[in-house]
Amino acid sequence: MTQDEKPSLLITGAGGALAQRVIARLKRRYNVVAVDFRRRVQVDPGMASYQVSYHNRAFEDIFRSHNVQGIVHIGRMGLYESDHKHRYNINVLGTQKLLDLSVKYKVEKIVVLSTYFVYGASPYNPALITEEYPLKASELTADLVDSVELENLANIYLWKNPELNITILRPCNIVGPGVLNSMSLLLSRRVAPVILGFSPMMQFIHAEDMAEALTMAYEQNHPGIYNVAPSDWVAYQQVLKQCGCIRIPIPSLPSQFPTKFSKLLNWRAFPSYLINYYKYPVILDGTLFADTFGFRANRSLDDIFSHYRERKEMKIL
Amino acid sequence: MSIRDGLKRAVVTPEINSCINRIPKPVGSFGYDPWGYNTDGLKVWMGLFKPLYDHYFRVQTFGLEHVPKTKRVLIVANHSGQLPIDGALIGVALATNPYGPRAPRMMVERWLPTLPFIGNAFNEAGAVVGDPVNCVKMLRNEEAVVVFPEGIKGSGKAFSKRYQLQKFGSGFMHIAMEENVPIVPVGVVGCEETLPSLGNFAMLAYLLRMPYFPICPILPLPARVRLYFGRPMVFKGEIQSEQEVLRNVHRVRYAIEGLIAQGLKERKGWFQ
Repeated sequence: MTQDEKPSLLITGAGGALAQRVIARLKRRYNVVAVDFRRRVQVDPGMASYQVSYHNRAFEDIFRSHNVQGIVHIGRMGLYESDHKHRYNINVLGTQKLLDLSVKYKVEKIVVLSTYFVYGASPYNPALITEEYPLKASELTADLVDSVELENLANIYLWKNPELNITILRPCNIVGPGVLNSMSLLLSRRVAPVILGFSPMMQFIHAEDMAEALTMAYEQNHPGIYNVAPSDWVAYQQVLKQCGCIRIPIPSLPSQFPTKFSKLLNWRAFPSYLINYYKYPVILDGTLFADTFGFRANRSLDDIFSHYRERKEMKIL
Repeated sequence: MSIRDGLKRAVVTPEINSCINRIPKPVGSFGYDPWGYNTDGLKVWMGLFKPLYDHYFRVQTFGLEHVPKTKRVLIVANHSGQLPIDGALIGVALATNPYGPRAPRMMVERWLPTLPFIGNAFNEAGAVVGDPVNCVKMLRNEEAVVVFPEGIKGSGKAFSKRYQLQKFGSGFMHIAMEENVPIVPVGVVGCEETLPSLGNFAMLAYLLRMPYFPICPILPLPARVRLYFGRPMVFKGEIQSEQEVLRNVHRVRYAIEGLIAQGLKERKGWFQ
């Protein structure tokens, strides 16, 4: 198949470690158009690459010049990257623009990467949360409003524009080499905070497995909302031990202390609005995605943690 | 070495170790299940509680053969004694059942996970937040789930109301009927006397955000506890009406009352 014969696939957040892995999987079968709002990403010769904000008018030029047939929307402004307003513009208004353009230019398939943060961390959460569970994150902190609204937008378009074939993935903690989210940053540190007396259960997925999940979601057309999480669980403090982190306890009482302490120190890896996620569990039921798409994670928790531990032992981290 | 590893070495006997290892309980690669149950955690709890079970409360069990060795089951018991000592003792009885040990999955009050250390420690021993979703999912995992349908009304009642069953919630019966789960009724006799309460210090409870603050001895008294496990009760079929559910709840309550009456008749005194 020549470059012109291949269907065009727009991948947002192309500079990120996860998107790079998705591009590597899909570039042979698709004419990949790489887009990132941070920088122009270096890609293979012949592959189109743009630096543009998704809510910017210039974003439409990509749709005008490429016959975009599918989108994998990974690009997101991280929680620690900017203030709430800027994040809202990029993540929510940018996604709305992307979805509007998708309708206008008759895109046939969209995969949206969401996050398990949307469920919110609460002591009352049941384990093995399914996709129907209410999204309570914005009830707990205004800093996660953009994550919930992004999902709500994708949901509205999913039902209103079925021809877009939208698949929304809500993965657990994505970690592994090159991943720069707050959890990966935390596991990379030699010293990591814990909230005294709390060690919630957590789930982790390796970036390679998540890239495979995104690829499957794009190539198999099953629109809908899916949790993506392997059936393996581990307590947070055990994770830190396995990753070779020295645990620094933060007093859990009075209840506002950990949040204020985190704000004061302005930790990127342990942001104040995620404090509840280090106190209470958010355990996903990933069976719907696994059964629908035939997905199985290939990397074990041991594989994931050994990456962080070994790099610390080798003094790379 | 972690605190848990240290405790495991100090308190877990070979008998407890082999007992827990016999429990057919699938866990993940680090020994956890989705609710935070941990095989080593249960061993430590058992190591700490078994001496109390054997020598302090001198627990006697009757009818343990009625608890299925495998497959889903709801263990429904009366609640008493201010602290969840009854739950812990039923847990030890289930985990050391000579007819086939089971991992006890206690449904606990919603405020428990908010407590530092205690919430996680209870989770490791198999306790989970009393949410119907948790209960249904654990039963679908073929677990033995322990519920106290009286809730805090049962455990927090004053000594003057001892052995008077409080109002039963009907959630457990909905789950039993919808999921086709047998119920093993349990009558707990003796826990009422471990922490006899004169009343509730409501203001202090409010300030401490606790459901109640009993006026009772600081430490539990060494009352002898008797656990009566009844024959499994099966409630099949689709729910036709709420009245039907309440009738079935009453049947379970009646069975527990019968087991309690038997225990009170058979015991010779609080401490004997």
